[in-house]
Amino acid sequence: MPRKVAVVGTGQTVCVMRREDASFPGMIYEAVNRALKDAELTLADIDAIVFGSSPEYFEGVNHPEKWCGEASGGFLKPQFRIHTGGTVGSSTGIAGYYHVASGLFDVVLAVTGDKLSEGPVQLCLSTVYDPIFGRDFACGAPSAVAIQSRRYMHKYGITEVQAAKVAVKNRKNACNNPYAQLKFPDITVEMVLNSPVISSPLRMLDVCPASDGACAMIFACEEKAKKITKTPAWVKGVSAVAEGVNYVNRDWAEPIALIKAAKTAYSQAGITDPRKEIDVAEIYEAFTYQELIWSEGLGFCGPGEGGKLIDEGVTEMTGELPINPSGGVLSTNTIGATAMMRQVEAALQVMGKAREVYEGKEYNRQVEGAKIALAHGWGGAIQFHNVMILSSNPD
Amino acid sequence: MEPLVKEGNITVPYQWTTGPAVGKFLTELRDNKKIMGLRCPKCKRLFVPPLELFCGRCFVEMKDWVEVSEEGKVISYTVVNLPLPEPCQPPLPPPYALAAIRLEGADTEIIHLLGEVEFEKIKIGMPVKAVWKEKREGSILDIEHFKPRG
Repeated sequence: MPRKVAVVGTGQTVCVMRREDASFPGMIYEAVNRALKDAELTLADIDAIVFGSSPEYFEGVNHPEKWCGEASGGFLKPQFRIHTGGTVGSSTGIAGYYHVASGLFDVVLAVTGDKLSEGPVQLCLSTVYDPIFGRDFACGAPSAVAIQSRRYMHKYGITEVQAAKVAVKNRKNACNNPYAQLKFPDITVEMVLNSPVISSPLRMLDVCPASDGACAMIFACEEKAKKITKTPAWVKGVSAVAEGVNYVNRDWAEPIALIKAAKTAYSQAGITDPRKEIDVAEIYEAFTYQELIWSEGLGFCGPGEGGKLIDEGVTEMTGELPINPSGGVLSTNTIGATAMMRQVEAALQVMGKAREVYEGKEYNRQVEGAKIALAHGWGGAIQFHNVMILSSNPD
Repeated sequence: MEPLVKEGNITVPYQWTTGPAVGKFLTELRDNKKIMGLRCPKCKRLFVPPLELFCGRCFVEMKDWVEVSEEGKVISYTVVNLPLPEPCQPPLPPPYALAAIRLEGADTEIIHLLGEVEFEKIKIGMPVKAVWKEKREGSILDIEHFKPRG
């Protein structure tokens, strides 16, 4: 049986299109320091470091865990790098959890980030495609997700308007998150539908931005967690599931890896009715349609009911199950830190800390009374899915 | 303080080994204008193109080569408008149409270009047919594109 583990501190940098005031290691250092400060710990309290970032092509520096080793607090400590494409952020969090749950380490810091402004992101993403069958046709991430989205629309009669509503909801939510990049308080469905087509059916406003930013979180065993904070976010379920490589042999509109990941995490956490029992979810919607597809995979509604979910306002801040109060990936996407930000934001919700004063301004994205939160990560061309369930209650 | 930037550029040549399954698939395209698939002896799925000599789900070796039709239907598609910098330039300048195509008999999809079609007329389920290049080099682009089948 794994040990009980909690998130006891988190730190995010502000995410912007280009951080000119900090290098990549500088951003990592910033996130680590914020997490340590949040938990009121020092590096002396940290037993091991797990570092995660995206393909090296993004920053053009190979072996980035070497580059960022000291910045991540790893001097003379056990250090590992994790990489699983878009899921790298949540995989790094899960690896941090595994370190503590195993009983081998008591307090572990996990940190992730990327500085996407340093290189040509979509060109680099195109190198993720199969060199023989995919590369000649690749157009960054959008072309594959466009094919997924079109299939999903066709299979269930999902509309552009329903997808646009996701863009509106999340970009408005982002206004309540001091770390988010895109904040559109006045965005409308019409604006989304009038934005230029990138790769049909995806329009400019259906697509996430590219961000510079970093994120860190600290995991602790039960005994330490209770001493470190009055509000630990207990890890109640964790799963990481992968399926096959690009393109072949899949129903684009049915995320089988996510369905399995969700079932596994729910079973660990004792969740039988996810829509009722989960108070808030942070999911990896790099593209509008994906929030609907992933909601189905997570069992928040039945297959094909993702459109209805957004139409009925279920996932709004005022709804039964708010999704992405942070503004989600549609508002901020560093890739490297993105899926960890889902875990951090979910942890903040059950800690009751999703409201704060940042640089003199008040931001509130707290779902009142949130006790159970879900964090999801997606990566590798519809291939990898991670789910983590966090709770305010250790038992 | 003025932000300083160090400029850099990485040009890296590679030679990707296709492996025997893809090698045979590409050779058949080039020499015989044939589209070949591999069938899993266990789950019976026909992989077109076959990426390796094994079925990743059943984890068993595949030996059963099957020729499939050059005709199939569109499972999904997109019209790409986003230009990409070199060297990842697609064979056509944007806008161009990409489709996931299931050839008759296959259990997997092939991603390829759609040509000789008005973008507005592309539909899921549309029957399409391979258009071959005259000069073929052992590449997925030996098929120039797929066009609507009348």
